[in-house]
Amino acid sequence: MADTTAMAMQGPSGPKPKRAISARNIVLYGFLIVAALYWLLPLYVMIVTSLKGLPEVRMGNIFSPPMELTFEPWVKAWDSACTGLYCEGLKVGFWNSVQILIPSTIISIVIASVNGYALSFWRFKGSEIFFTILLFGAFIPYQVMLYPLVIILRELHLFSSLSGVVLIHTIFGMPILTLLFRNYFAGVPDELFKAARVDGAGFWRIFFQIMLPMSLPIFVVAIILQVTGIWNDFLFGIIYAGTTNFPMTVQLNNIVNSTQGVKEYNVNMAATLLTGALPLIVYFVSGKLFVRGIAAGAVKG
Amino acid sequence: MSSVTISDLSLSFGPVKVLKDLNLEVNEGEFVVLLGPSGCGKSTLLNCIAGLLDVSAGQIFIDGKNVTWDEPKDRGIGMVFQSYALYPQMSVEKNLSFGLRVAGLPKHEVHERVSRAAEILQIQSLLKRKPAALSGGQRQRVAIGRALVRDVNVFLFDEPLSNLDAKLRTDLRVELKRLHQRLGNTMIYVTHDQIEALTLADRIAIMKDGLIQQLDTPHGVYNNPTNRFVAGFIGSPGMNFLNGTLENGLENGSNNEKDQWNFATPDLRIPLNGYAFKQAPVAGQPVEIGIRPENIVLGEAVASAAVQLTVDTEIVEPMGADTVLWTNIAGNNLTIRTDSESDVKPGDKLSVGINPSRASLFAQNGDRL
Ligand SMILES: Nc1ncnc2c1ncn2[C@@H]1O[C@H](COP(=O)(O)OP(=O)(O)OP(=O)(O)O)[C@@H](O)[C@H]1O
Ligand SMILES: [Mg+2]
Repeated sequence: MADTTAMAMQGPSGPKPKRAISARNIVLYGFLIVAALYWLLPLYVMIVTSLKGLPEVRMGNIFSPPMELTFEPWVKAWDSACTGLYCEGLKVGFWNSVQILIPSTIISIVIASVNGYALSFWRFKGSEIFFTILLFGAFIPYQVMLYPLVIILRELHLFSSLSGVVLIHTIFGMPILTLLFRNYFAGVPDELFKAARVDGAGFWRIFFQIMLPMSLPIFVVAIILQVTGIWNDFLFGIIYAGTTNFPMTVQLNNIVNSTQGVKEYNVNMAATLLTGALPLIVYFVSGKLFVRGIAAGAVKG
Repeated sequence: MSSVTISDLSLSFGPVKVLKDLNLEVNEGEFVVLLGPSGCGKSTLLNCIAGLLDVSAGQIFIDGKNVTWDEPKDRGIGMVFQSYALYPQMSVEKNLSFGLRVAGLPKHEVHERVSRAAEILQIQSLLKRKPAALSGGQRQRVAIGRALVRDVNVFLFDEPLSNLDAKLRTDLRVELKRLHQRLGNTMIYVTHDQIEALTLADRIAIMKDGLIQQLDTPHGVYNNPTNRFVAGFIGSPGMNFLNGTLENGLENGSNNEKDQWNFATPDLRIPLNGYAFKQAPVAGQPVEIGIRPENIVLGEAVASAAVQLTVDTEIVEPMGADTVLWTNIAGNNLTIRTDSESDVKPGDKLSVGINPSRASLFAQNGDRL
């Protein structure tokens, strides 16, 4: 008995001390820092270049900060850079992209969430087959469908129009979004749905009053997916939108790859940053929302 | 008057027939417990009664009305689930009133019913909280409240207490019983906890493979099991079973009366004095005798028992209120429940007494003899 008390007094007690600098930590943090530099360096170069005047850019010190700070390239990229025939800058493409983005995101998420909800709670005859076909659609290469879709849009008189692109984005977002929502709702306890049925709620009421309030996290995920995907899209925009409706990405390409005149690297950098700003902002803002959404969704404990 | 009637109900999931021509009649105000091993179709039956599953064949009547094709909300039932199934984003008050608001009841009536249910269940102080901020017992009370506000005649419970710890389960069990006495509703309650079933039920329906094996009072189910399955399923520690044959006492010569029958194994003979046969016994018929551990007596009572035997004690298990002895007789295990004061030790040879009138005999097909 006395032995054990003596041993207890000598032995470790309380929280285990942590060594701040261990070989493991050095390797870990070293790797993380290198990786961060690797990804951040191009961004840094782009930002400093976009803030320099052309003469300074030509000097070639791409890592040095601007000696003479100027926002001229940003203004030019937004307002007056030449994209092919017109010299109106990126703003035209920006508004086109916004007009494509908002309806396609909303429509595709609304339809897909109802799809996913119906597929996991209101199984109908053939619902499994329906789902399989939808999933299969996700794996068909886009190239196969490009031309048939051109014809379909032409027949619908939607070719070369914003609505046409919106329709295309909605259709192509459907498989993955439906899968996303179906899997989320499959994780919602069946008994919750049954309880709502006993309480007399129908298809839409259960969807809006029970399921929607508890699925904020998955909506955030879907919005991130769609906003970044649609904003970054180049292919559908260039094929289906028509020259006056080109989204920002296509116009960016036209600015950067224009073959006439001098290469204005500072304007190109500014234009690229402008185009990439929205997805960047979405990631930063939604990260927080996302975590909060998950924490609020506690169902049972 | 019967409150819930189920006639020839069948239900299949694809090729699997889960319920098979099931019949059940529940009287008004009765507390019926569905008890059975996992997967026997208890929840399925309850979901059929609630209208959450479409039946494959048969009819369901609630309060004399054929509800076979009715929506759950039109059946006059309230249901409580194992996982509570509270709407996570609504406060307790909103959870309770959801069904009433869906039905479009006027505000003051909604309020009245919610306050009444909250008062009955003692959850007035929790009304503004979200389910995540409640303990398991409180959540289950809210779930019961959600059925209560619906003002229905039939309550359905699907293992409502099985997510709770042992102490809370006992408390809520008593509360449920009190609630039933106070409201007088018909209640159909699924569980696989025998104690819950025996304590709560007016009648217990023992289910196996989608069929009701026996529908009887707790006393009847426990003391007069209708077949070998029910006998083995109910009771803990389980009933003792010995295999043997029936012999006619007269022919055998060990008993002189004409109607005397014995249960016999090569090493053992138990005269069946006072056993009430349900079917006419046949000499030489292979049978199984079932004896409850607490129907085997020790000590002074042995002398007055109809049959005396000697057993070898192997293991002694003190269980608090009583002690369980695991013994051996002629190569067969025999469990005996005795009071906790007994001073039996492993290895003791014990003289025990059996009263065959309290035993059960089963024919080879499992039916009670
Ligand atoms: N949706 C379903 N599809 C196919 N089979 C099912 C489905 N639901 C239940 N079953 C099967 O029906 C049988 C009965 O299930 P049920 O849930 O009624 O059992 P239970 O008696 O409630 O069991 P437990 O005590 O474990 O809850 C099981 O064999 C189960 O596998
Ligand atoms: Mg069940």
